[in-house]
Amino acid sequence: MAGRLNAQALLAVAAVVLIAAAPLMAQWVKVLLTIALAKGLAVLGIMILLRAGQVSFGHAMFYAASAYAGAFVGRWTGGGELFVLIGAGLAVSLALGLAIGVFVVRYRYIFFAMLNLAFSMVLFSILEKFFHVTGGSDGMRIARPTVLGMELERAPFEYVMFYLTLGLVVGLAWGVRRYLASPLGQALAAVKSNETRLEYLGMSARHALLVGYVLSAGLAGLGGVLASITQGLATPEIAYWVRSGEFVFIAILGGAGTVAGAFAGAVVYEGVRSYAAAYFADIWQMVLGAVLLAIILFAPGGLVGLAERLTGRRLRGGSADPAVAADQARVGER
Amino acid sequence: MTWQLAFLATLDGLAYAALVFMVAVGLTLIFGVLRILNVAHGSFYAIGAYLAASLGIAIAAGGLSPWLTFPALILAAVLVGTILGTLIERALLRYVYLKEDVLQLLVTFAVFMILEDVQRLVWGVNPYFEAVPLRLLGNISLGGIFYTNYQILVLPAVALLILVGLRLFLRTTLAGKLITAVTEDREMATAIGVDTGRVYLITFVIGATLAALGGALASPTTSLVPGMGADMIVLSFAVVATAGLGQVEGAALAALLIGLGRSFAVYLMPELEVLVPYLVMALVLLVRPEGLFGVAQRRRI
Repeated sequence: MAGRLNAQALLAVAAVVLIAAAPLMAQWVKVLLTIALAKGLAVLGIMILLRAGQVSFGHAMFYAASAYAGAFVGRWTGGGELFVLIGAGLAVSLALGLAIGVFVVRYRYIFFAMLNLAFSMVLFSILEKFFHVTGGSDGMRIARPTVLGMELERAPFEYVMFYLTLGLVVGLAWGVRRYLASPLGQALAAVKSNETRLEYLGMSARHALLVGYVLSAGLAGLGGVLASITQGLATPEIAYWVRSGEFVFIAILGGAGTVAGAFAGAVVYEGVRSYAAAYFADIWQMVLGAVLLAIILFAPGGLVGLAERLTGRRLRGGSADPAVAADQARVGER
Repeated sequence: MTWQLAFLATLDGLAYAALVFMVAVGLTLIFGVLRILNVAHGSFYAIGAYLAASLGIAIAAGGLSPWLTFPALILAAVLVGTILGTLIERALLRYVYLKEDVLQLLVTFAVFMILEDVQRLVWGVNPYFEAVPLRLLGNISLGGIFYTNYQILVLPAVALLILVGLRLFLRTTLAGKLITAVTEDREMATAIGVDTGRVYLITFVIGATLAALGGALASPTTSLVPGMGADMIVLSFAVVATAGLGQVEGAALAALLIGLGRSFAVYLMPELEVLVPYLVMALVLLVRPEGLFGVAQRRRI
């Protein structure tokens, strides 16, 4: 156990150092990596829900709501302060997560997925239709905010955003691991395997799922506001179902249910996309769909699973692959 | 709101509900038997619409009788349903029936992503508009309001035909009874020798054809744009969830409810048009989590 933990920690530290050093070697990657890590936060949110066996096709709504909250605060305060913008985005996404969460945690599987999709479609059309408020499909520009009162040039600001995002990612990844290991986090796995038994133990499945949902909304929101401040723009496109699908895709690509997988998936995805999307612009979704099918059918462990297979080492804690175990259980049931 | 506007909204709502019903009933039928929510259903709708429009354009270009566009609508639906439906069920879905619910959902979602691009590659991103069938049938005057015969007669008639036909099919024919048996109790049906593989395939093809028919019949009434499939899958899910998953007759009622609600919103509060289906669904689900006609599932301990 101790040996495995050390190996895991070592690997994580190495990855963080590598990412932190990347912009020093190649300037241009910092924005790309910032966006990738910000998306990774949203994917981490999806991952929490996947632990409970639920998938949301609408988490882009939190990503977008938070981005727009940042944009509005920036507009009202004439540029604004970075941390106020981020705080506003986070607050709005948490509040929205609670409001929608109270409703959707009553449902499971298909209903859960599609109700989230429905809510995100509503937000998307509000953002697009109320042109006079939200700028319609052109979106809203986000002027570069001050950082603790300092006005920064573009390059230093991008560095600030990059290291801030990286710092948040490290802290939150650690926090989410702790959360998943806690009884409340373990309850999520029980929601997936057998909810009724969980309730017989005296825990409320809805409550456990609601906590996870609000957390995942906050993570998606944080990712959204960080990414859109970095890009200086919030458009309704980021609330569209395609974006939600992208988060789910990355979560499965990285390895469903692992913290490391969320970020590994996000970095690989953004990296490949920035090169390949230019060549495959017309069939990008088709490529994503095909890869998604391939992963589900042939490599259910995702990138983390592949790495485990290659190194012959288990990179994550916990019991055997839950997907495989659940499959076997279901074969027996039917 | 004058009574004339209310009347107009009712006619709009009826025509719209008829189309939504065709798609939603296919979705609910597939769910009832396969226990999979087919997200790619929206693609069947969109591709059915595009193919119908293309056939219509080809008929006009070939100088054939414009009345041929009517059989072309049906032909488009059957082609999409049988070819795409068979392909997807045989090559993909049958391998995931034993996987987790989430993965099944993701598989159809992946198919949906692929088909969205296929559709964009084949038909491009520019809107298509092909309204020959609509114009051929002319208008009708109802209490001073002019309305197209196609929307007020053909669409509801086809929807009604599907509703009655489906009921008769499920209750009286052998294939229909087998489908009902699998819906009720899959394990028992398998035990007494029902070939579930074939039942799945037939159901999926019927469901896909219904979605494509909805699209084909919708094509003369609206311009076809990318993204129409995504809108339709969410809308028809709203209908199916409101009715209760697997409920055929309930889907008709829910489609009417949502169709009328939406068309009244168009005249009263246009900004809320897109919200109405979800508001209806949310209200119904708050009171009845299983939908209007759904039955609560047994809890497994």
